[in-house]
Amino acid sequence: MGKQINSAYSLPADHPPDAAGSRKLKAGRRWESPLAGYLFISPWLLGFFLFTFWPMIQSAYFSFTEYSLLEAPKWIGLDNFNKILNEDRLFYKSLGVTLWFVFISVPLKLMTALLVAVLLNRKLRGMHIYRTLIYFPSLVGTSVAIAILWSNMLGTDGFVNKLLSYAGIEGKSWIGSPDTALGTLILLAMWQFGASMVIFLAGLKQISGELYEAASVDGASRIRQFRTITIPLLSPVILFNLVLQTIAAFQMFTQAFVITKGGPINSTYMFALYLYEKAFGRLEMGYASAMAWILLLIIGAVTALIFFSSRYWVFYATDGGKSK
Amino acid sequence: MNRLTWKSLRRHGLLLVLSLFMIYPVVWWISASFKSNEEMSSPGLIPIKATINNFIEGWHAVPGFSFTHFYANTFLLIAGVLFTTLISCSLVAFGFSRLDFPLRSFWFSIVLMTVMLPNQITLVPQYAMFNDFGWVNTYLPFIVPHSMAGGIGGAFFIFLLVQFIRGIPSELDEAAKIDGCSWFGIYFRIIMPLLKAPLVTVAIYCFLWNWDDFLGHLIYINDVDKYTVGLALRMMIDTSSTAPWGQLFAMSLVSVLPAVLIFFFAQRHIVEGVATSGLKG
Repeated sequence: MGKQINSAYSLPADHPPDAAGSRKLKAGRRWESPLAGYLFISPWLLGFFLFTFWPMIQSAYFSFTEYSLLEAPKWIGLDNFNKILNEDRLFYKSLGVTLWFVFISVPLKLMTALLVAVLLNRKLRGMHIYRTLIYFPSLVGTSVAIAILWSNMLGTDGFVNKLLSYAGIEGKSWIGSPDTALGTLILLAMWQFGASMVIFLAGLKQISGELYEAASVDGASRIRQFRTITIPLLSPVILFNLVLQTIAAFQMFTQAFVITKGGPINSTYMFALYLYEKAFGRLEMGYASAMAWILLLIIGAVTALIFFSSRYWVFYATDGGKSK
Repeated sequence: MNRLTWKSLRRHGLLLVLSLFMIYPVVWWISASFKSNEEMSSPGLIPIKATINNFIEGWHAVPGFSFTHFYANTFLLIAGVLFTTLISCSLVAFGFSRLDFPLRSFWFSIVLMTVMLPNQITLVPQYAMFNDFGWVNTYLPFIVPHSMAGGIGGAFFIFLLVQFIRGIPSELDEAAKIDGCSWFGIYFRIIMPLLKAPLVTVAIYCFLWNWDDFLGHLIYINDVDKYTVGLALRMMIDTSSTAPWGQLFAMSLVSVLPAVLIFFFAQRHIVEGVATSGLKG
């Protein structure tokens, strides 16, 4: 799986990266089908320039302007960034909320996904039923429907409180209290670990059973096997999941918008929510663009940090098992 | 032998508890949509007085429109998106995996990079652009990017199809080329028929993600007349001071039905799609 991911994220298999690089230097290289090639990818190429590249340049420009959509953008230099970084307390609040959400929900979600995947990676009768039941909540993950369910379940009159009252615990509106509202969103994210779990399962299937047999012959306990065989061999998949989930968590919107609307007292005011409010609520498009670039920088930095740290904890089986 | 059964029993127990924990809210949700409002806070799974009133009243809860209308809207939007995605992404994937042209590797790495790009960065300029085109309050902001192998998941679909096409032996195209088949002929007559399975996967994900693309719908669709199911549901929460939970549960239950049906009929494709490249959701 690790190898697969590596090659998948580089280039088509028949064109290894260095070959492509050195070929460019050779003059007079004949392309087999240059025109047809560009013709086939032209829909994407056109779409990329029109809907990604050009908007990115515009967004960069807007971030230095005051722009309400109704009038032409007015250049104001670094004012937006100045205001965001020096005056906007809501910006820091929403950034803090988002960072809490990311740093708590992502590790918890991945740990759950990994443990459950290990549990499901056994031959047992009826396993596919368990797998279906456990995956099910992830199926309709970010829909409004799930958000509705959640906001009732954990509200004052929700059934969770009723259950707690049987146990003698006095409930409250978990969604309406500033100190637990973010927790309910994290819980929701955790409940939907299915996609990561499926990827872990695919990775686990690649680990040869012989390794475990050899380890148990040597007397290694289950926990030790998990720590010294499963985790290292699965680390490329863990990295993959970690990056994807982190990027997704930074952009969390629908649940916060529907369940808590950012409240109470802004305790769930996610960054994406604030950005939406600025752009489409108050039509401060320039300001929102500047915020989007800051978000991109933060996501980029966190992702880079993960990749950088991966040198120390991701293990590639192609090293011949010597890197540890 | 005894020890073995004991062990598997223990494992069944563990998995059973876990599954129940995961599925309990869903089962409760189903039962709640048949409950009357007095019963709504009960954790029980079987309604004491089962009623289908929630479904009947919920269906017409938005004044002036029935949910039939919102479903028709959503399906119309998704049909447009789905059709254009399948054509554009397969064309582009064929180009990347079978044709040899300058900068191919470079462009392909850009495709992969756009998978990771947060959509907030293009949100504002795209809106400004579509606003200039007069496309706000139509479905064009969804359909046009998808027709250019973009939109939600476009880059991911290209990647998925490229992976698959690479696995098809190129002897097939060589033979066709010798017989004088054009590139388009190879794409249409040889590769496309072999792409059925991955195209089903693409169609499923395209459907699911666009069905749940709440932010996109929220931004571009303003008229209740053009609302999608997700927007209609949100409107039901916001317009009434005391949320009619029974109706909300009933309507949101119906709204996830397409996803559930797809899941049960095409589970293999879903799992394969996630496992091949595992993006999103």
